[in-house]
Amino acid sequence: METKQYILSGAKIIAALTVVGAVASTANAADPKRGGTLTIVDTANPRHFNAAVQSGVATMVPGAQLFATLLRLDGQFKTHPYLATDWKVSDDGLSVTLNLRKGAKFHDGHDITSADVAFSLKANRDNHPFKAMFAPLKDVETPTPHQVILRLSQAHPALSLALTAPLSAIIPKHVYGDGQNIKKHPRNTKDVVGSGPFRLTAFKRREHIIMERNDNYFMEGPFLDKIVLQNFGQVASQIIAMEQGKADMMHWSSSSRTLARLRKSNNLTVTSDHYVAIGPNNWIAFNLKQKQLSDVRVRQAIAYAVDRNFVTKALHGGFSKPSTGPIVPGTPYYTADVEHYDLDLAKANKILDDAGYKKGGDGMRFTLKVDYLPAAAIDENQKAVAEYLKPALKKIGINVIVRVSPDFPTWANYVRNWDFDMTMDVPFNWGDPVIGVHRTYLSNNIKKGVIWSNTQNYANSEVDAILAKAGVELDQAKRKNHYVKFQKILARDLPVYPVNVIAYHSVFNNKTVSGVPDTVWGTAHPLDRIYKLK
Amino acid sequence: MANFSIIVVKRLTNAAALILAVVILNFLLIHIAPGDIVDTIAGEMGGISPELIAKIRADYGLDKPLYEQLALYVLKILQGDLGYSFFYDEPVVDLIWNALPQTLLLVITALSLALVIGTICGVIAARRPNGAFSHFITVLALVGFSAPVFWTGIMFLIAFASFIPLFPPAGMVDPGLEPGSLDYYLNVLHHMVLPVVTLALIYLAFYSRLSRASMLDVLGSDYIRTARAKGLSDRVVVYKHALRNALIPIVTIAGLQFAQILSGAVLVEAVFTWPGLGTLALEAILRRDGPTILGILFFSSIVVVIFNLLTDLTYNLIDPRIRIGSKE
Repeated sequence: METKQYILSGAKIIAALTVVGAVASTANAADPKRGGTLTIVDTANPRHFNAAVQSGVATMVPGAQLFATLLRLDGQFKTHPYLATDWKVSDDGLSVTLNLRKGAKFHDGHDITSADVAFSLKANRDNHPFKAMFAPLKDVETPTPHQVILRLSQAHPALSLALTAPLSAIIPKHVYGDGQNIKKHPRNTKDVVGSGPFRLTAFKRREHIIMERNDNYFMEGPFLDKIVLQNFGQVASQIIAMEQGKADMMHWSSSSRTLARLRKSNNLTVTSDHYVAIGPNNWIAFNLKQKQLSDVRVRQAIAYAVDRNFVTKALHGGFSKPSTGPIVPGTPYYTADVEHYDLDLAKANKILDDAGYKKGGDGMRFTLKVDYLPAAAIDENQKAVAEYLKPALKKIGINVIVRVSPDFPTWANYVRNWDFDMTMDVPFNWGDPVIGVHRTYLSNNIKKGVIWSNTQNYANSEVDAILAKAGVELDQAKRKNHYVKFQKILARDLPVYPVNVIAYHSVFNNKTVSGVPDTVWGTAHPLDRIYKLK
Repeated sequence: MANFSIIVVKRLTNAAALILAVVILNFLLIHIAPGDIVDTIAGEMGGISPELIAKIRADYGLDKPLYEQLALYVLKILQGDLGYSFFYDEPVVDLIWNALPQTLLLVITALSLALVIGTICGVIAARRPNGAFSHFITVLALVGFSAPVFWTGIMFLIAFASFIPLFPPAGMVDPGLEPGSLDYYLNVLHHMVLPVVTLALIYLAFYSRLSRASMLDVLGSDYIRTARAKGLSDRVVVYKHALRNALIPIVTIAGLQFAQILSGAVLVEAVFTWPGLGTLALEAILRRDGPTILGILFFSSIVVVIFNLLTDLTYNLIDPRIRIGSKE
């Protein structure tokens, strides 16, 4: 063949191979496809969507789709750029400089500027129920439209977490800065303007929430056209919806029966790792003002009589994991190196005998009441464990009476007014100990009338000092040391006895959905990378 | 007819006083229950601060003495202002207005079906009181009336939304459809089948039994024997002469039961996630959302009064004895 023909045929072959290669790569299943609607089984009833001033999963899940935040968190607790492209903490930790992404816009086309960020962070500080997140925020300077400098009253290592969805949200000043009460602002439910991957297009209370793709999203994606959070109030209908393919995904699910059944289906995948930052710590709280429970030996004896393995394996079908302290496993400051109080009835009985609590004629030493948080979705963790305490503690001579509260306000009223002996409870860690952990143990947080404060009346000045240091320590290794000490002391003092972590799970149809978020916040995180397979 | 107007005025005055008493009593009951909306909000948010607690209480007037709160509320009610929901921060009137049509749709459809089909079944059974159909009606009544409605509902759900997937498992309409299109109405109809059948079944059993008994009673009367003696066909005797009188107790019960069916609807609404007034009331109670609870109770009281009045008026149409009696 002549050279010219060689080159031509060579060129044709190369061209053909290029085409084949291109086709092969687009056929790669890992490439997200654009389009489609994701229907999620929902049971929440949000009051509104403004996650800057309202917490709770009901608001946080849609809030994280509608509003962007400065930073975002991956599955290893690492922070990544979001609205902020980079950030720098000063050496003394008292100022944090963040540069904002240029060209990022709100849903209504307005540019996002440093004024919006300043407005949002201050609104959060002044209105959000988690005061510890932004209490140290003294001021927000806005030297340029795309730079903010946060001035803090003390070093604040929890800040980077507070700046991620779902704990905060960047809201538009031109909408919310009109003088109305932000918490009751009409734009919290209608014509919501954020800058997140989705816009709110329909909201029918108790029926559904529809969010559609933001075509001017400043990051890559989202791949979905639409997300529908559809209300399925009855457990049977939730399961039917997933099995029949009427819904693609279920989130925040913790009922072992539901999960065990859904797991059997080939179409459905059940997974739980991505919720780890929430940290719902299911524990038995002791009222330290109660006669017998003020004695640490009684609390330790109770701990030895409660079998965590029975709870997680028998009561929860293996779906939950044991919790050994105030900080949940899988989070950066957790240590397993504490007394675990593995089941030891002989030891428990001996402790109580030696402490002088004699058994009466009926084999009982004394009687204790136990309450539990009444919410059907977590009955397995609260009600079931409370009822389990009766036979468990009978074996060490403690007579347990389970007091039933018909609804949450009844239970909360008892506990916040210290009208209880023992109660089941399940406060959340919320990612950083400063946000969700400190509040249970600080002696200055003993506040009658406030639920989820230090309702146990636990006061240990050593713990107060350690937590004060840990709260402002920017060096990760030193901070961990503080928290390790803290966990060891608590394992000895036992103002509460942690039993298990409620394992939140996502269930998704693996034939239709891919890209369940790589994060630690579950679905309270932008769903911009999730996509439909068909 | 002047007598009639006086009776109506008297009835309405009594009703107004009764409704006021209902409002005051319920207000006090709500406040006796431990805990309040602050607990609900704290629970939903996973935490709260003392400052926020104080702010919420002040916002909703909960820091005022009880008698002052009650007085303010009664004054507002008298002006037709039902206030704002503590939980949703929306006017209670709007919440009721948005939920009411859904419940009415369910309840009226179920009740109408039960009434019509039940009455016909009862009449047929009464014509041959010892026949197979009559016995079937008796057994159906026993089962239908005894089975708890939430159990029946879940059984239907499993049978016809899962086992033989014919109907949707929850909700009133598929998300995305808007009222106005044919698709929307057909979709609602599709969603309605299971909840309506569940609700209707209890009352079907009841009305067929009642209708059978009432019909038998009437068929044994003298004037019926006279009509037969006159040579009128069985058909004319039953449907023209007997049925009209047999309907009287059925109408009475139906009118009185309308109020009751609203409470039966709560359970059906809960099972099928039907966004109606029943579940709104239930959630409001569990949340201690005072204004919403009181608003719904106030509204229900008015409905009961209206229905009692309508029942009375219907008598006048059906039963000539009452009509003539009022003229004298």
